[in-house]
Amino acid sequence: MHALLQYILSYLDSDKTPGGAGNIFWATVYILLVFAGLSVAVIAMNWLERKILAHMQVRLGPMRVGPHGLLQPIADAIKLLLKEDIIPAEADAVVFWIAPFIVVLAAFTVFVVVPFGPTHAITDMNIGILFMLGVSSLSVLGIVTAGWASNSHYPLIGALRSSAQMVSYEVAMGLAVVSVILMTSLNDQSTGTLSMIGIVQAQLAQQEWFIFKFFPLGLIGFGIFAIAMVAETNRAPFDLPEAESELTAGFHTEYSGFRWSLFFLAEYSAMIAVSSIAVTLWLGGWLRPFPNLLVGPTWDLVFLLFPGITFLLLAAMCFYNTARMPKHPLFKVQTIGLAGFGAVLGLIGLILFLPAVRIRVNDIFWFSAKVAGFMYLYIWYRGTFPRYRFDQLMKVGWKVLLPTGLALLVLTAVVGMRSELWAELQGVWRP
Amino acid sequence: MNDPTSLSPLDLETPDKTFLDANELVINMGPQHPATHGVLRVILRLDGEKVMGLECVIGYLHRGVEKIAENRTYTMFNPYVDRMDYVAAVSNGLGYCEAVEKLLNVEAPPRAQYVRVILTELNRMASHQLWLGTHALDIGAITPLFYTFRDREEILKIFEKYCGARLTTHAFRIGGLQYETYDGFEKDVKTFVAFVRPKIDEYEELLTTNRIWLERTKGVGKISGQDAIALGVTGPVLRASGVKWDIRKALPYANYKNFDFDIPTGENGDTYDRYLVRMAEFRQSLRIIEQAVDHIPEGPIMAKVPKVIKPPVGEIYHSIEAPKGELGYFIVSDGSTQPYRIRVRPPSFVNLQALDVMCRGQLVADVIAVIGTLDIVLGEVDR
Repeated sequence: MHALLQYILSYLDSDKTPGGAGNIFWATVYILLVFAGLSVAVIAMNWLERKILAHMQVRLGPMRVGPHGLLQPIADAIKLLLKEDIIPAEADAVVFWIAPFIVVLAAFTVFVVVPFGPTHAITDMNIGILFMLGVSSLSVLGIVTAGWASNSHYPLIGALRSSAQMVSYEVAMGLAVVSVILMTSLNDQSTGTLSMIGIVQAQLAQQEWFIFKFFPLGLIGFGIFAIAMVAETNRAPFDLPEAESELTAGFHTEYSGFRWSLFFLAEYSAMIAVSSIAVTLWLGGWLRPFPNLLVGPTWDLVFLLFPGITFLLLAAMCFYNTARMPKHPLFKVQTIGLAGFGAVLGLIGLILFLPAVRIRVNDIFWFSAKVAGFMYLYIWYRGTFPRYRFDQLMKVGWKVLLPTGLALLVLTAVVGMRSELWAELQGVWRP
Repeated sequence: MNDPTSLSPLDLETPDKTFLDANELVINMGPQHPATHGVLRVILRLDGEKVMGLECVIGYLHRGVEKIAENRTYTMFNPYVDRMDYVAAVSNGLGYCEAVEKLLNVEAPPRAQYVRVILTELNRMASHQLWLGTHALDIGAITPLFYTFRDREEILKIFEKYCGARLTTHAFRIGGLQYETYDGFEKDVKTFVAFVRPKIDEYEELLTTNRIWLERTKGVGKISGQDAIALGVTGPVLRASGVKWDIRKALPYANYKNFDFDIPTGENGDTYDRYLVRMAEFRQSLRIIEQAVDHIPEGPIMAKVPKVIKPPVGEIYHSIEAPKGELGYFIVSDGSTQPYRIRVRPPSFVNLQALDVMCRGQLVADVIAVIGTLDIVLGEVDR
């Protein structure tokens, strides 16, 4: 027993990830935490997407289930779980059954290497980014299987579109990623890294987020990735595989109930996953903003207080809306619920001010905040853009993003090696 | 295999009934499909995603309106016409009332005519707003739908205040109007005009120069002016192909000749031009409403029409410019209180037959865009 406790406590002094330290207990805890956090994030994202989209479109969005529809995602989840599970008579039952699990598995597995902080990752692989890209592209398999197993025209077309789209955008995405890996190798030892944590640490060492590196090269790479990642996750304006007005619901037309909700879960966690890649590679991962401009212990403290302040602001919003609730007996429960929710948020905010806590959560907060920014971008796109046509989508992927990516790769290499190249050229010209 | 695009519309062969070619995928789009605007069924012959041909199957909403007319008096049939193009009910009523008036040889008094023009133009805008919202939704832009519905609501409120109904208004009677305008009608209309003008800019801001919108609509569903005329296509679809044909100007009815307005036309006859033409028509409608609302004359609202309408033996064809195109009524009277035969020339029905021509050789996604840009209402297609 004592040995077990010792084993658990021994990790607390370690400066490695639980996977890196080989501590199975903490690795399990981290896996559970990431899984729970992801589920909460998907639920929150569901509600936020409806609300934000609704306010962009001059409507209110969900308002009935819970105060301001806060319980709507939970109600939806219950509805989906209770729904009849239909497997079409003509479908290939086994494959139809497996497909959503492949998609979900691929979407969740990638979070093994996502670095929420220097030690806050389940594990740190030396091929981290490669692992992420590889595993996340496995979800194509699930989508194709789903479309094929449904044995129906619309899902089949949706699945074909989806696989073509994901495969072609992965190329451009990969090129943008490689350009970042080139940037990580610009240190004294000329050692690049594929590790997710290593990439952020390289940005820390070079004192520059890679989005600003070799301006505008980093920005272009980020742009390519930002476009490709929307296509990769089949979201508007690249949501052709599930284009509602064309293919009813695309590859998951025949799915219902729990299986459908798995696709839904996978889509949203895939969005979070690719956003995490973008944040890690270009936006400095867990690093706080303005590391060069606003330096010194005072600024450090200010940025450490951000998580708590954010939660307090959310709590204040809740209380403000509690005060605005209609004064009617029918709304009594909702008013109390909203106030209670605000109190919980406020309490979390206060806890986050504790010095022991704020130091530990600061990394996680900045990482999540940046990912949340991308999530907002996804919703914004959906509210603004019409949908691309399939051939235009392919044109953008192959004729615009791919050549740009290639050129970017070469340019990054040239700019990164400019002093060596210069020396080399002088050597050639002098004799 | 022939290149499907080379087929001129007029020597189109009848589409294969069997579709047994193994290389082709036959897809049934509709009658239950989110983007067919009702219960239209389109049988698509696809080569991959390319449309090799298509066939429209209609009639799911057939109610036999023309046959019903033979068993109703002229007055009783009036509300039925509202149910054809239910998003432009006022225009339908105007066409029918004017046709019977022509048969009776009476004319609605000036005051009634002005109110008729205002309501019809408001209805044209409501119809175009519905078109814009659903068309953009089909192409994937979900936000314009809510903007247009927000503003269409204001038009429906005016209708509701005027005659109690929002959609199937039954606003006009043979010989004039049933109701006098309510107090503040002019003010409401003027407020609406001032309200909606910036909103139209708002729609345009979202779409007109949007890159994706341009790519999705430019060069899609092209139809030349000649082909359009040959197929009997009318309305904004015809005008977008460069033919300046608007019945409000060509064969003026009501009192449209008193108003100053332009006929917007396009050049290329593609989906984008049709979009631009309809957006311009918004503004022209506003112009007409502004001119009309300032000069509504005083006077009676009903012409001297007998209690029992019994037109003399004869026949009449009268057409108006409905939001979707030429809406014509052919009425044969045998001198009794009931029409012997009524034939409606619905613009949606005639425009729909251009779908095949416009879609051959394009992609599946374009079929959706073209169905949207044709602006069909299945209630009118099937009648």
